Order: sequence, then structure tokens, then C-alpha cells
Amino acid sequence: MSIQIQVPVLGESVTEATVAKWFRQPGEPVNADDPLCALETDKVTLEVPAPANGALEQILVQEGETVEVGTILASFVAGAGAAAVKPVAVKVPIAVVAYMAAAPSAAMQDAAPRALAVGESPLAPSVRRIASEFHIDPATVAATGKGGRVTKGDMLAAAARPAQPAPVMPVAPAAQDAREERVRMSRLRKTIAKRLKDAQNTAAMLTTFNEVDMSAVMAMRDQFKDVFFAKHGVRLGFMGFFVKAAIQALREIPAVNAEIDGEDLVYKNYYNIGVAVGTPSGLVVPVVHDADMLGFAGLEKAINDLGVKARDGKLSIADLQGGTFTISNGGVYGSLMSTPILNPPQSGILGMHKIQERPIAVKGQAVVRPMMYLALSYDHRIIDGREAVTFLVRIKECLEDPQRLLLDL
Amino acid sequence: MAENFDLVIIGGGPGGYICGIRAAQLGMRVACVEKRGSLGGTCLNVGCIPSKALLHASELYAHSAGLAAYGVKTGKVSLDLPAMMEHKNKTVSDLTKGVEFLFKKNKVTYIAGAARLTGQGQIEVRLNEGGAQVLNAVHIVIATGSEPVSLPGIEIDEERIVSSTGALALKQVPKHLLVVGGGVIGLELGSVWARLGANVTVVEFLDHIIPGADRDVGKNFQRVLKKQGMDFRLSTKVTGIDKTGKGLKISIEAAAGGAPEMMEADVALIAIGRKPYTDDLGLELAGVATDRGQIVTDPHYRTNVEGVYAIGDVIAGPMLAHKAEDEGVALAELLAGKAGHVNYGVIPSVIYTSPEVAWVGKTEEQLKTDGVVYKAGKFPFAANARARVAGDTEGFVKVLADAATDRVLGVHMIGPDAGNMIGEAALAMEFGASSEDIARTCHAHPTLSESLKEAALAIDNRTLNS
Repeated sequence: MSIQIQVPVLGESVTEATVAKWFRQPGEPVNADDPLCALETDKVTLEVPAPANGALEQILVQEGETVEVGTILASFVAGAGAAAVKPVAVKVPIAVVAYMAAAPSAAMQDAAPRALAVGESPLAPSVRRIASEFHIDPATVAATGKGGRVTKGDMLAAAARPAQPAPVMPVAPAAQDAREERVRMSRLRKTIAKRLKDAQNTAAMLTTFNEVDMSAVMAMRDQFKDVFFAKHGVRLGFMGFFVKAAIQALREIPAVNAEIDGEDLVYKNYYNIGVAVGTPSGLVVPVVHDADMLGFAGLEKAINDLGVKARDGKLSIADLQGGTFTISNGGVYGSLMSTPILNPPQSGILGMHKIQERPIAVKGQAVVRPMMYLALSYDHRIIDGREAVTFLVRIKECLEDPQRLLLDL
Repeated sequence: MAENFDLVIIGGGPGGYICGIRAAQLGMRVACVEKRGSLGGTCLNVGCIPSKALLHASELYAHSAGLAAYGVKTGKVSLDLPAMMEHKNKTVSDLTKGVEFLFKKNKVTYIAGAARLTGQGQIEVRLNEGGAQVLNAVHIVIATGSEPVSLPGIEIDEERIVSSTGALALKQVPKHLLVVGGGVIGLELGSVWARLGANVTVVEFLDHIIPGADRDVGKNFQRVLKKQGMDFRLSTKVTGIDKTGKGLKISIEAAAGGAPEMMEADVALIAIGRKPYTDDLGLELAGVATDRGQIVTDPHYRTNVEGVYAIGDVIAGPMLAHKAEDEGVALAELLAGKAGHVNYGVIPSVIYTSPEVAWVGKTEEQLKTDGVVYKAGKFPFAANARARVAGDTEGFVKVLADAATDRVLGVHMIGPDAGNMIGEAALAMEFGASSEDIARTCHAHPTLSESLKEAALAIDNRTLNS
């Protein structure tokens, strides 16, 4: 019996994926749960397993094509006789062209070739134009027309909205010039590019700075690092202090932990702190969920685990979702000062930088201290300047005098 | 002996007969009661069809004078009015017989007689051939249409003081025809007799003709008709007609009141409107609610009496055959448990003069009143190749679209074949098309329909041929 292999649910707010690789070819026997293909999403790579022992019958979506949740990827024949399945040749690959407005399942169900099938509605010419000019997939646009059709007005409204999921238009391979190299952007790179630009287009973003004397934190770390490691099996780093200090400040200034949703402000009474991590393929921001519930050891462990997973490309969708505030540490690469870009829909991001010994004046004396500049980029639509500055000052105070963290000051 | 039906329709006009055929298609046992003696209602018998027959024939006659310019030489062209009337009568009788054939084909029982509601689900028919018959029906549809109204104190004799019915059957061309009412019917029939040689004067109470049409179109239309020899007395009312003498003596005065004035005419056509026709139906007895003569219905065409429905001219909305037809289909489908539906925002209106006038959707005046921000795109037929070939260069096409969404909100045409071309605009509007959708749809060249495309292009100031 033939089973349809569909794109599984990819996680909250993830609707699209690219077929990265088919591991099996039609007719090749596979065992249940063996991976059939890999799907690359904005955030992670997923494997689609075989539903049973058997074999692929027909691959309907080729590598490199974009699919949506529910799209039929392939047909699969279960059972012992499956090895004898005759592979069905795919005549024409399913084009990722926005000419079909029908639900993806209906549009994709029948195998190629892709002439307009009965029951499909061709898109209006204006809709086709806007789709290609603005890179908007009409299937993602709320339709108000007769029989669920997308109208030009719907498309214009979608084009006016900044945060559109970008459809991936097929790019013709350009002629290679020996002096330049053209490489197709990875999904991750495209997502980073789009989200960063969306953040700049949407938020009224600006950055406030401060500096922190790290002497106290460093002294405390020196004093306890061995006992801490002996007891918890994890090193006492700086991140734990920053996360703790940030939560302290978020509690005091709730707007920084809030987001704008349409006409509403959503204040969050939980603290999911994203920690930006650079990986070979690009920046990811895994999230420490309910960070306020964790002690220093728990935080260090969680951050460590996420860092390892990120490096190895093992982060799950859940690891990447639900952040309410982000901390980015440009200091690990030596940055002294930067203006981080918001991670939407969050309203604040804290930038840590390199600790550098600098002469500063303390009580009329020039002394040398390990100093770090702090930056808070924030969405001025929701956070007032006073709040932003107070927030950053509170972090500075907590770090310069970590006892405040104990006393909830 | 009573006969039982699922559906009995009173009235065999466009609403009733279409409703009957559709209901029969859906498996209902249907009877249609009509007292006129022929099917098709006002439209086929004394309305749309005979008037178009005369409009067409009179247009040929009027055009014949100009044929030499196209290199066609004729002898002396003369009018044979009885033959023209015969063409009209034959067209009408062919078409009404066609409806009888459709009834047979679809197994709709045609009962010639006058129906009356006599009880819950019961109708009594006084048969035209004599005697009476009782019909039992699960559903009863009133589709009895409308009749012309007259002015107070003026009695229509259909000889010298005529309604549209009499104006379709004049024995000779009047020297002077007075048309009371500058609406669709008056201007169409006025055109017929003007082309055949009558001096036509149109008296209209309002300060503009064709109320309800876009004013831009209305002004242009009046100018064209004036050029064709029609005379207009706007903001004027007729207060009485004296027919004691040989000719008619008509008293008129300014609509706002003023000094009375006398006019003379051979024939006066009273075309000031129509009213729902519900005489002798037994509505009061059955308790069917009416409002100023109109039967009150809900959106599913139900009256306040269970099992009794109404469609067409007897209910609210424009008194148009195609509106009644669509309601007939929708009601039959609703009764069969389907999703019948009429889009009242997209009902086209056509005036079959020359040039024709046609429109669908909102006028500029309505959009302004509604506070809608819109864009207008206009294209003259004078710039259309096909219109120039035919020498039919009067008029224009105007497209109105929402300024924000570009959705087409109204299309207004005055020009050759506008009545046929408005269909494309209606289809576009039914599907919520934008003006760009029309502009990006390929239109054959050289056709008149290119003017609609160009008007759509004009919304964005990108007409190509003007």
C-alpha cells in the first residue's frame, strides 16, 4: 500500500523548509525509522524517517526545493514486497513558481507534470505580478476574494507588512566569473539576513551604553572557581553573572521583557534568555528557558550544553524558540564596542564586550581596572529612554557588586 | 380535485420561469401559473424583447441614411411600420413559445390562469379556459412582477396616452411624442420613435436624466440624444393632459412650482416608473406583509408567511429581468438545500439606445457619498480603432477602482455595444478583480473591448492609445 510522506510539523512559526538531501532512492529497501531525507529549516536540519519497512516509490520534491508543512514529499510503499517496487520516473520537477494558489496539499498531491489541475484557481494577473516583484508567496497571504482567492488588495496589504516569510525563488545559476564566486545563500544565512533587516525596518531601534568594572566578578570567580567546579562539574564563567544581572534588571523594567503584537503590548512574566552563539555556518541564538529558576550552576550548565549543541549542529527547534531577551557577547572575538541588532519580536538585547584593563578614576585616584563596555539596543516604541538607561545601570551595579544579586537589589 | 406540487410559482416571467426550470432540474415537482396567456412576463411580451426588436429595426432604418458614406448606395429607403411590428411580434411569439418548450423539456407544469392564495400551502387557479383548479404546494413563489404607474389624474388609454406597452404598438409614427420620465424606458422608446421620424420631447422631474446612472455618463448621454434630435425639459413636471381635442394638450410647470405652460403632442408616453403587481393574489387574506406595495422578504426570499416566497419585481431591488432570473435560480437552489446567492453589488444595467449605456457597481456620486477614496480611469471610443471603423465614436468607458486596493468598484460605459461589454466588467467585479487585472488581461485587437482595458490602464495613467 502506498503511503504519502509529508513534511512534518516543523515547530512554532516555522512553515517552510528546503529539501537538503534524499538519502534513499526509489526502490531501495529501507527499514522503519531510517532517514529518508533531510529538511533544512530556518533554524535546524530535520530528518524525515521511513514510516515502516519498505521502499520509496516516487520522489515528488527534488533536492533544493522549498516545501511547506504538509507538502507531500514522496510516496512510500510499505511491506516485504516493497523491494520490487518499480521506481516511477519524475518527469518534471515541481516548480516553485507562485502560479498556483491552491492549498499545497492539493496542489502537490498529483505527481508532475504541473499543468493547471481541475479545482485549482489560477491567480489574478496583478497577484502574479506582486508575487514576483515583492517575493510574496500568495499561498501565505490571507485571501478575501471569491472562493478563497487572493486579490490584489490582499497582496498589497501583505507587501506593506514588513514581516513576510520570504519565499525562495529559484535562482538561475549565473555564469561563473573566475574572479568572483557566487554561492547560493544557505537557509540559515537567508534567515539571518531577513530577520536582521526586518528588525531594523520594524523597531525604533537605538542603543545606550555604559561601562562596568569587572573587578568584583573576577575576584569572586577566582575565589570560588575550584570549589564550584568540584561541586557542580561545570566551570564558573561570566555568563551566569550577566544572565542573573539581566533578569534582576528585567524584573525591575518589565518593558524590556515585553513585545509588541499588533496593537497590543505583551508583557512576559517569565525569563527565557537567548544567548547568541557563533557557529561555523552562522549565528544562532539558543534559549535558556525559565532562566530565573536556575542557579549559577544550572545556568552555566545550560549555557554550556547549548553551546556544544550549537557547535555540533544538534540544536532542536525547541532550543531556539521562545526567547524573551537576548545577550550577545562580541567580546569573545575582541570587540570593545558594538550596537547589537534586536532579535524580533524581542525588545531588548544586551551586548557584552571584551574585558580590558583601563585606567579609570576612582575616588580621585587613577587606577587600572578590568573594564567592559555594555550596550543595550532597544525598541524605543515600547521602552522609554529612562527605562533603558535604568536597566543598563542596574546591570552595571549588579556586576560591580554581585552581592546585590543575593539581596535582590 | 387538487393536484400536489413541491413548488408552485405564480407568474411566468423571467423570475418565475427560470425559478421553475431550475427547481425542476433539482428534482422538484413544479407548476407555474400565468394568466397572461403566454409565458415570459413583461420582459418577453411587452418589455425588453419587443422594445429591443423595435430598437434594432429602427436603428437599421436610421443608419440606412448614412450608408452612402461607407460606399453602400441604396435607393430611397422608406419605412414599413406594419412589417416592423410584424418582426417584433414574431420575435416575441417565437421566444414565448420557446419558454413553453423549455417547460415541457424540464417537466414544469404550465397552468394558464390567475392564481390566488387560499390557505396554508394552497392555491386556487381561475383557469383562462374557464373553471377552477386547486393546487397544493409545499412551497409557493410569488413572481408576479410589476406594472407601469401613471401620474395622478392621467389615465392611460394605450392609444394616445400610453405606457411602454402601448408605445410598442403605435399604429403610426406620431408627429410629436411627449415622453414623461427621462429613465431607461422613456429614452429607449423615445429613441425608437425619434428614429422613425417623430419629434420627441422628454419631460423629466429631476434636473438630470437616467437617475441612478453615473452623472458623467448621464450628461454625455443627454448631449448625444440632443444631437439626435431629442428635446429635453428637465426640472419640469406634467400636471395634466387634456385629450378632448384632436391633439393632446399637456400642462407642464417647473418642478419647484411656477407658471403653467402648455405643450401639444399626438401621443404621450408615461414612463415614470413601475410598481409591484400583486392584484387579486389574496395577499391580505394570507397575511403576506407588504411595504408600499412591495412584498417584504428576508435574504432567503421568505415572506412572513411560512412556505410563501417572493422574487423579482414584487420585492425590493432593481426591477430588472436578470435580477429576477438570478433570484429565481438562487431561490430554487435554496429550496433544494443548496447555497443560492445573488450578488446585488454586481447587477449590470443597460440602456439599449444608440449609443448604448451600461454600468455595473458604484457610480462616482455613490463613492463620494460613501466616502470611498477611488481612482477613475477613462477612455474615449474616439480613440478605439474598431469604433472608428464603424463610425461609432461617441462615448467612453470609465473604470472606478479603490485607491488603496485597486479593486474595481464600478464600470460605466456609453458607446457602441456597451451592453455586451459590461459583461466582462461584471465578471471582473464578481471575482473582486483589480483594475490591473483587467489591464493585464489580453484583449483582442481590434475590438471595442480594448476600450475597457485602456480605461483600466488609465487608472494608473498608463493608457497606450490616447
